[in-house]
Amino acid sequence: MKKHTDILVIDDEQVIVDAVVKICALDNYTVDVALNTKTGLEKIANNHYPIIISDIMMPDGDGFEILEAVKSKKEDSAVIMATGFSTVENAVNSLYKGAVSFIPKPFTVDELLSTVYRVNNFQKIVEKQKVLIQQQKNDEILFVACPTKYLRLGYSTWMFQEREGTVLVGMCDIYMKTIDSIQQIELLNHEEEIAQGIACASFICANDRNHRILAPLSGRIVEVNETIKNDPNLIEKDPYFDGWIYRIIPANYDYEIKYLIPCSSDRL
Amino acid sequence: MFKKIGFRLIFVVAITSLIIIGVSAYFSVQSQSKELISEVERHANQLSETVVASTRFDMTLNQRDRIQQIIKSIGTQKHIRDVRILNKVGEIIYSSDSSNINKMVDKNAESCFVCHAADQPLEHLSMTERTRIFKVHPDSNRVLGIITPIYNEKSCWQADCHAHDADQKVLGVLDVSISLSEVDKSILNSEWKILFFAIFAIVGVGLVIAFFIRRWVSNPVHDLLHATQQVSQGNLNYAIKEMSDDEIGKLAFSFNNMTKKLSEARLQLFQSDKMASLGRLAAGVAHEINNPLTGVLTYSSFLLKRTKDNPEFQEDLKVIVRETIRSREIVKSLLDFARQSVPKKIEADINEIIIKAISVIDNQLNINKVKIEKQIDNNLPKITVDSNQMEQVFINLFVNACDAIGKVGGTITVSTQKISLTPFGTAQIKKATCRKRHSLIDNDYKIDGMPALKVKVVSEGKEGIIHLDPVYGKHRNNFDIGFTIGKNAKYVCPDCNNSLIQENKTCPKCGAPILAFEISGEGIYEVCSSENSNWERWESVDSAGLREFIEIKVKDTGSGINNEDLPKIFDPFFSTKGQKGNGLGLAVIWGIIDNHNGTITVNSDLGKGTTFTIRIPFIQQR
Repeated sequence: MKKHTDILVIDDEQVIVDAVVKICALDNYTVDVALNTKTGLEKIANNHYPIIISDIMMPDGDGFEILEAVKSKKEDSAVIMATGFSTVENAVNSLYKGAVSFIPKPFTVDELLSTVYRVNNFQKIVEKQKVLIQQQKNDEILFVACPTKYLRLGYSTWMFQEREGTVLVGMCDIYMKTIDSIQQIELLNHEEEIAQGIACASFICANDRNHRILAPLSGRIVEVNETIKNDPNLIEKDPYFDGWIYRIIPANYDYEIKYLIPCSSDRL
Repeated sequence: MFKKIGFRLIFVVAITSLIIIGVSAYFSVQSQSKELISEVERHANQLSETVVASTRFDMTLNQRDRIQQIIKSIGTQKHIRDVRILNKVGEIIYSSDSSNINKMVDKNAESCFVCHAADQPLEHLSMTERTRIFKVHPDSNRVLGIITPIYNEKSCWQADCHAHDADQKVLGVLDVSISLSEVDKSILNSEWKILFFAIFAIVGVGLVIAFFIRRWVSNPVHDLLHATQQVSQGNLNYAIKEMSDDEIGKLAFSFNNMTKKLSEARLQLFQSDKMASLGRLAAGVAHEINNPLTGVLTYSSFLLKRTKDNPEFQEDLKVIVRETIRSREIVKSLLDFARQSVPKKIEADINEIIIKAISVIDNQLNINKVKIEKQIDNNLPKITVDSNQMEQVFINLFVNACDAIGKVGGTITVSTQKISLTPFGTAQIKKATCRKRHSLIDNDYKIDGMPALKVKVVSEGKEGIIHLDPVYGKHRNNFDIGFTIGKNAKYVCPDCNNSLIQENKTCPKCGAPILAFEISGEGIYEVCSSENSNWERWESVDSAGLREFIEIKVKDTGSGINNEDLPKIFDPFFSTKGQKGNGLGLAVIWGIIDNHNGTITVNSDLGKGTTFTIRIPFIQQR
C-alpha cells in the first residue's frame, strides 16, 4: 500500500517547501514534505524516497542526522543538501558524509531542476548497478570508477596531486553519466583562484540545464585544459586523464584533503 | 623627597665625605696643635735657660735689684704672662709682677705640685714634666708654664752673701708662664678653615653628583616612569625619544621595543576579535536573509518558466529574478567575508584605482561633456586598501560631480599627493569613554560631519549637554546650553553622572578644571573646560609624531552645495537629487573612508563647484 513518491523535501520554511513542490511538479516528480527533522526521520523510516532534499539547519536538528538515517537504511536514497547557511564547510562536509549533491539557497528553478535531474539519474545508475550485481553481470560497466590514487569530492569532482606538487582537477565519470552531453562550458582563467566547495566551472547542457561544478580543492589556477574548451566531450570520453580541467597550485592542501574521499575506498 | 634615588645617593655620598673629611680634619688639627705647643715649649725652655744664665752672675753677687729689673723687663715682653723665681720654701723672691714678691706659694699649687707630689721632693725633671698647661680662670686663655729648677753650685755656696749651704741641691725654681692665646687662636683658625673646606667639599661633591645623577639617572628614569604611566593608561604608541647609550638607555630601548610589540599584538587581537564578531554577524544575517530570498527566487523563476508565452510578464519577471540573484551575490559576498574574517585590503596604487574608476564611467562623462583632468603624483607609495571599495568611492564621487555639472559640461579635477600632518588639527577622536566605559560619542550631534564628544554640565541647579570637537586641535566646541556655566559647575558623563574632571590639574592657560576622556587604546585626551580657553592635549598621538597621508582631491565645476545642506550631505538618505538618488552614495563613501581610518571633507562654492578631499593614512592602524 506504500504509494511511490519520488522526492521528500525537509525544510522548516513553509515557503521553500511549497516552492520545491511546485518546481518539482514541473518535471513531473511527486513530492512529499516534512517541516522538521522529526517528521522527516519518521517519513524516511516508513517510506522509501529515491531522492531526499534536506535543509541543514533546522530548529530541532540538522541535515546530517537525515544523512545518517538514510545511510543506515537498506534501500538507497540520494540526498541533496540545501542550506541558506551555505558555508564551504557545510557543502564539503555534507558531500564527505555521503550527500550526492549540495545546493546553496537561494536557488532558481533551473538550478533546482538541474540538481534533481542529475541526482535522479545518479539514483537510476546506482539501482541499475545493484540489479547487475544481483544478476552477477559484473563485466557490464555503467561508469568508470576513478583511479586509486585520486581523491574525490562527493560524486562530482576529483583531484590528483602530481609529482611537482601541482594538483589536477577533473570530473568523476559518474557525474558525467548523470548529465546530458555538454553544449557549452564556462571555465575560469589562468591565475584565478578557486576555493574548495565553491563553483569553479559550469556545464550548460540540453534544456538549459546548468550544472555548477564545485572545486575539490582551493588554489590558484596555473593551467586550464585548452582542449576541453574546444571539445567539451573529451571530459565525457576520458574524464580521468586527457579530460582534466584545471592544474592548480593548492593553497591549503593538508587541511582540505580531510574532506575528500580516497577513490581507493570505492574498490573494496 | 627621601623617596628619590638621586636624593638618597647624594645623602649617602655627603655623609661619607663628611665622615672622611671630619676624621682627617680631626687628626690634622691634633697634630698641628701638638706641633705648635711643642714649639712654644721649646721656646719657653730656651727662655728659662736664658733667664737662669743671665741672672746667675747677679745672683752670686746678690744683686737683688738688678735681678728684679731683668725679670721685670723680661716679663714685659709680649706673650710672656709671668716670670718669677721662687725660693726653696715657696716664697716668691723675684717676679715680673712686683706685687707678688714675698708672697708664699702653696706646695700644692700647680707650679710646685710636679715635684712636691711625693713626700720627698724630686730633684730632676724631664722637659715634658716641667711644662704644664693651665687656665687661670675657666674662661681665660690657656697658659703654658715651665719651671726650671735652679741647682746649687760651688759659686753659690762660696758667694759672699752665704745665702746657700753647700748641701742644698735645689735652690729654687724659675717659673715662666707664657700665654697660649696666639697658639689657640691659630688652632681655632685652622679648625675653622677645615670646617669651611669640609662644608665646601661636601656641597661641591653633592652638587656635582646631583648634576650627573640628574643627567644620567633621574631624567632618564623620569622619562621611563612617564612612559610606563602612559602605557598603563593604554597609550601603547608612546615611545621614549632621547636615549643614552648606558644601561638605562638600553632599558628604554627594550621598553620601546616591548610596547611596540605589545601594541602590535593588541592591534591584531583587537582586529581579529572585531572580525570574528563581524563574521558571526554576517553569517547570521546571511542565513536569515537566504530563506526569504529562496522564496522570492524560486517563485519568480517558477513564474518565469510558466509564462514563457507571455512576453509582457517575462520582461518584468526577468528583472525580479535578476535582482534577486544580485541580492544572492551580495549575501554570498557577505558570507565570503565572514569566512575569510579579514578585510580584503591589499597593497594598491591609488592612482591605478582612480584610472580604473574613470574608465568605468567614461561613457557617462562623454555624454555629459565632462572632461577629467588628472593631476597625479606618480611617486605615491602603495597603501593598504580595499581596492574594490575605493573604486566604488571614486565612481560615486565622479557620478556625483557629473550630476552637479549637469548638461552644460564642465571639468572634474582629480589630484593625488602625499602629505604629512601633525596630529594636532587632524587626529579624530572616534571612541571616547568615561571612567565607567560609557561612550561619550554623540552620534546625533556632529561637528563638521563627525560625531562630537558630549559632556553633561550641572551648574547652579541647571543642567545641559555641551559638545566638544572630536578633531584634536580644531576646538570648534559648542557650549551653547542656554545658561551661564558657573565656576563650581560639575562636568559629568551623561550616562552615569561620574565626574570627567581631571583631579589635581588645572588648565595651564586659564586655571579652569580640565576634562579627561579615555580614548580606547590611545591614552587620554585632555581639554580645558572653559569656553574661552583653547587648551587641549592628547599626549599619545602627539608622541607618535607626524602622520603621513595620501590626499586625493576631487574638484568639479558644478552647481555647488548649499551651505545649509553641506553639514548633512554625508547623512544616510540625504539627497539633493530628488527621485534620482537614494541618498546613500556619500554615506557609503563616508563608511568606506572611515573604515580605512581616513577622512573626507567637503568645500563648496555655490555656483562655482565642490571639492571633496579624502585623506587616507599610510599605516592602517586601529
